[in-house]
Amino acid sequence: MIRYTIRRLLAVLPTLLGVTIIVFLFIHLIPGDPATAMLRENAPAELADRIREQLGLNKPWFVNLGEVNCPQQDPQAKTTTGGVFMTYHNCDKFGGFAALRYWQPRLDRPFDSQYLLYASRLLRGDLGQSLVTKNPLMDDLKLKFPATLELSLMAMLVAVGIGVPAGIISAVKQNTPIDTASMFISLAGVSMPIYWLGMMAMMVFAVWLHWLPAGTRLGNDIEIHRITNLYILDSLLTGNGKALGDSFKHIILPALVLGTVPMSILARMTRAATLETLNQDYIRTAKAKGLAQRVVILRHALSNALLPVVTVIGLQVGGLMGGAVLTETIFSWPGIGRWVFESIQFRDYPVIQNVILVIALIFVIVNLIVDLSYAVIDPRIRYA
Amino acid sequence: MANTMAVRPDDKVLQRKRISPWNDALYRLIRSTNARVGIGIVIFLVLTAVVAIVFWPYNPRIDSDLPNRLKPPSWANQPATIFGTDDQGRDVFRRVVHGAPISLQVGLVSVSFALVIGSVLGLIAGFVGGRTDNILMRLMDIMLAFPSILLAIGIVAARGPGLNNTILAISIVNIPVYARIARSTTLSIKEQDYITAATCIGASNSRLIFRHVLPNSLSPIIVQGTLSIATAILEAAGLGFLGLGAQPPTPEWGAMLADGYKYLTIGAWWVLLFPGVAIMLTVLGFNLLGDGLRDALDPRMRGTGRM
Repeated sequence: MIRYTIRRLLAVLPTLLGVTIIVFLFIHLIPGDPATAMLRENAPAELADRIREQLGLNKPWFVNLGEVNCPQQDPQAKTTTGGVFMTYHNCDKFGGFAALRYWQPRLDRPFDSQYLLYASRLLRGDLGQSLVTKNPLMDDLKLKFPATLELSLMAMLVAVGIGVPAGIISAVKQNTPIDTASMFISLAGVSMPIYWLGMMAMMVFAVWLHWLPAGTRLGNDIEIHRITNLYILDSLLTGNGKALGDSFKHIILPALVLGTVPMSILARMTRAATLETLNQDYIRTAKAKGLAQRVVILRHALSNALLPVVTVIGLQVGGLMGGAVLTETIFSWPGIGRWVFESIQFRDYPVIQNVILVIALIFVIVNLIVDLSYAVIDPRIRYA
Repeated sequence: MANTMAVRPDDKVLQRKRISPWNDALYRLIRSTNARVGIGIVIFLVLTAVVAIVFWPYNPRIDSDLPNRLKPPSWANQPATIFGTDDQGRDVFRRVVHGAPISLQVGLVSVSFALVIGSVLGLIAGFVGGRTDNILMRLMDIMLAFPSILLAIGIVAARGPGLNNTILAISIVNIPVYARIARSTTLSIKEQDYITAATCIGASNSRLIFRHVLPNSLSPIIVQGTLSIATAILEAAGLGFLGLGAQPPTPEWGAMLADGYKYLTIGAWWVLLFPGVAIMLTVLGFNLLGDGLRDALDPRMRGTGRM
């Protein structure tokens, strides 16, 4: 088990490295000069220089193999930009092989690169700062992440709590109206745009019936003592019944909406896995021994059928995080998903870049945990 | 005497009608109710798109009728607006119909890109093996570490909003899926005896790939392609909703929903309901068709179509 754990942990390292490289390259997807793209049209040139300095945009991307000084171009343009391997002065960094004529090798500091700057900051827990609010992203993240975590956990609870039993019942009662209905609902669930479902739910339950609030985490008039920023947990810890009720009312709709897709997928997967197990010889043996149907299903079938379901639950975390952007946007939920949406409006690239990074890291770690827990449940994997 | 046991060519009793695997799959596809519904929806969509483009031209730029803004659905209006009108007095029905060609285009183009590039990468990885395989598949694994809609959001946010960048982003995030499928089928086909036989009689690599490996690995790729058209349309609508996809006044369903969202609190349900239903029906159609194709192309089910 320890050997398996270590092997699995080591296998994650290249993935983590790759994820940071892809997220790092995000800035270079921006057409033209990223530093000016991040600013408004008539922003002073010093601001662009400061951004260039801050992100190290004047350095080469990965390895510094030297400098290119083009003499003939516009003398006004003194900006230094980083190419993939070289630093360029006074010329277009994609000047091609022509630029190689002016290449001066400089191998004394080959690792002085943008990526290294980015990675070393990440290792120190520094995600940079927002271009709009100038806040360090780490501080904002600490504030907004619990909101998303709370919502995702509730959504997962909805998904597992409804999806898995629905799948089991469908499998046991295969080809009955119950099975057909639940499979149709789950197919509709994966085919629906969840933000649309959210808006329709908001229309019905908030606008027409006034049963539930339309968005945000808590009513304006409710006081809450923040400890973990998970409102339900905080109100439980402080024994604040009013806040508990209100935050629960606020989370119902978004959690149901966000949970729809994983719920549908889980229902379909659980049904398929249970059906496959129910056709196994040992189930027939158990039935032939005269065991009650309930015992056969609960003790013999489920323990094996639910193994693949665990993996699917892990895989759904990524979908949940992606869905959070849409769900939080329509419910004004102050989590990292809505943060991404707002940052898109303001072209706040560092926020988009680093929230995507954080979510990818969470996804990788959750999958690692799923793999490890899988090995705990199923001994065949440990020794493979 | 020896001739009495021989089977004569016209001996019908011992001959079984041969059905090609593709015909057999088609037969099974048509027999399944789900697949029939899926085919029906997809045909309906394509017809709608064609009719919209050919017979009912629409220029969203000059379409607005402010006095009639946000009118609920009614037959009584002149002309009748059965889906109501939106915040600029535009007929929602007309815009929903004209959203069909856009969504179909996004789905088909992005999936074709992803399918071709991903399958080629997967074929190469599976066929060549070794270090090439390792590097390619590691790269694909890394891309799969991102939730797909989020990676798409990132790409479009950086490249700038618009339909073309949406298609590009959705293609990119779908590439690893096809690469994995093509690689795994290539690996399993490579071990088959007929590949060994073909190698023995001196078949070139390109002949092996195009004549033997590719045709045999097509069916899982086709199934995945159909299912990804569904997710591609869903993701494109999501990007449109976030303001990253097609820009107003293009009648893209996701962008229409984003428009309608502003009028949710005043109860203008028709601006929201119809584009959403259109997305759902489209996605449902491709999902049903994909599921049906998967069952129909499953070799384990071969022959069960005729009973």
